Amino acid sequence: MHPSGVRTKKSAGGLVADEPLWLRVLLIGAAYAVIGLLILVPVAYVFVQAFAEGWQGYVKNLWHDPDTRHSIFLTLTVAPLAVLLNTVFGLAAAWTITRFKFPGRTLLVTLLDVPFAISPVVVGLMFVLLFGMQGYLGPSLRQMGIKVIFAWPGLLLATTFVTLPFVARELIPLMESLGSEEEVAAVSLGASPWQLFWRITLPNIKWGLVYGIIQCHARAIGEFGAVYVVSGRIAGETDTMPLRVEKLFQEYNNPGSFAVASLLTLMALVTLAGKYMLERYIAQQMAATRENTES
Amino acid sequence: MAKSPRVLPGFEISLGYTLTVLTLLLVLPLVACLFKAATLTPAEFLGAVWTKRAVATYMLSFGASAVAALINVLIGLLLAWVLVRYDFYGRRFLDALIDLPFALPTAVAGLVYSALLVKNGWYGQFLVPLGIQGAYSRLGIVIVLVFVGLPFVVRTVQPVLESLEGEAEEAAAMLGASRWQTMWRVLFPALQPSLMTGFALSFARGLGEYGSVIFISGNMPFKTEIAPFLIVARLEQFAYAEATAIAIVLMGMSLASLALVNWLERRSRRYAS
Repeated sequence: MHPSGVRTKKSAGGLVADEPLWLRVLLIGAAYAVIGLLILVPVAYVFVQAFAEGWQGYVKNLWHDPDTRHSIFLTLTVAPLAVLLNTVFGLAAAWTITRFKFPGRTLLVTLLDVPFAISPVVVGLMFVLLFGMQGYLGPSLRQMGIKVIFAWPGLLLATTFVTLPFVARELIPLMESLGSEEEVAAVSLGASPWQLFWRITLPNIKWGLVYGIIQCHARAIGEFGAVYVVSGRIAGETDTMPLRVEKLFQEYNNPGSFAVASLLTLMALVTLAGKYMLERYIAQQMAATRENTES
Repeated sequence: MAKSPRVLPGFEISLGYTLTVLTLLLVLPLVACLFKAATLTPAEFLGAVWTKRAVATYMLSFGASAVAALINVLIGLLLAWVLVRYDFYGRRFLDALIDLPFALPTAVAGLVYSALLVKNGWYGQFLVPLGIQGAYSRLGIVIVLVFVGLPFVVRTVQPVLESLEGEAEEAAAMLGASRWQTMWRVLFPALQPSLMTGFALSFARGLGEYGSVIFISGNMPFKTEIAPFLIVARLEQFAYAEATAIAIVLMGMSLASLALVNWLERRSRRYAS
């Protein structure tokens, strides 16, 4: 298989593209138009607006505003922490679900999807009900000196909740399809759990894991609704980058708002590029192993 | 699945950890939510949930999400078809861009679209003279929900279309079916379950979406106020129980839609096989 040929059309029977040329051109044109208008132009517009006052204005908006600076710092702390928690959780959940049979296994899989079905605003509300000053646990935690709502622990909780399924959902089908023969063999040859994880399981799932982490991280950075509710939106304290975008927008500070938005967009584009390269790499690896087994 | 399940180590610890996290993070908050709602009498619950203003938000959230999901089915089918079936310049680039709405923070989407659609924005300068008000309108809500839900349909339909490989179509064509007949009789039934899944995912996402909508909708009660916004508004008045009641209605709506589609999907699978 040639390197770029991972997704070329299967030529057996020369099928498929038997629509007349005009229709094909029309459909492809429509696809370009949709993506262009819905995705490309908006992305370009973010940067056009962000740099409307030139490079100096951009730097001023982004770096010389202490509240904006703090929001960048906060987002870049909370998001990786949430990703770390969800990576550990995803590994544990996938290991439990794909490697063992036990009653309630299906229920567990269903529970994993619940965060996708709940509005982020409702997620925030639930944490306020638990940990807020009028909440069930809030007052006693407050007596112990722990502040969750309107503070960073609340941000972390909300972000972790919303991004909970990403790593697990990526790993479960992958580990299911890999099967456990290799792992069982390693154990019967005397591998310790530690060796088993680092030498067998992790190398097998590493790209799926990276893929899940990338998606989880992108979502964690952009989370808005849940964080909006639990943060109290205190400038310079609990405002994350997306919240800062909203606040500057409300203050009619468009250049400032777009400057923060441009940074978020840049992160999204880096995420996409990373995903794209990872997919190509995995496809090439698969093609290579297929070639090896065929010859 | 392991034949002899307990050969592998770590069952107790990984199950224990998973359950602890799920209980603390997921079950406990859900229970708190139900507890809070239970502090209301049925009459109070109805009073919170069934006000004119609240009903207007459900209608809007439901309607805008449904319209946006429907548009996403059409656009998603087009994109999946083009990306799978044709080889053309820039195909990989387009394919990669489809995921952008997943990666881009929704606040950015809301900000950009509201700026594009106002009277002197890039899109608004052409649309507003035609009487198409994108910003601060229901149309604007639909537009951002289309953007936010766009990848769902494409990414559920794409693998199915890839796996079809055209054999059934060829057979249909050889047996004398026209292209149009093949489309409706062969392709569409095969794609239908994935289209419905895509619709449901996009719809459920739209129901709960907050970040992008508040930028563009203007949040006017009875006009452009969505249900999640009303929850936040109630919270800001410290009306926690009322907020919770509305939240439960919203959750019920999205869980019901997901369950309905699950059921439809299973049914159409049974017919297909």
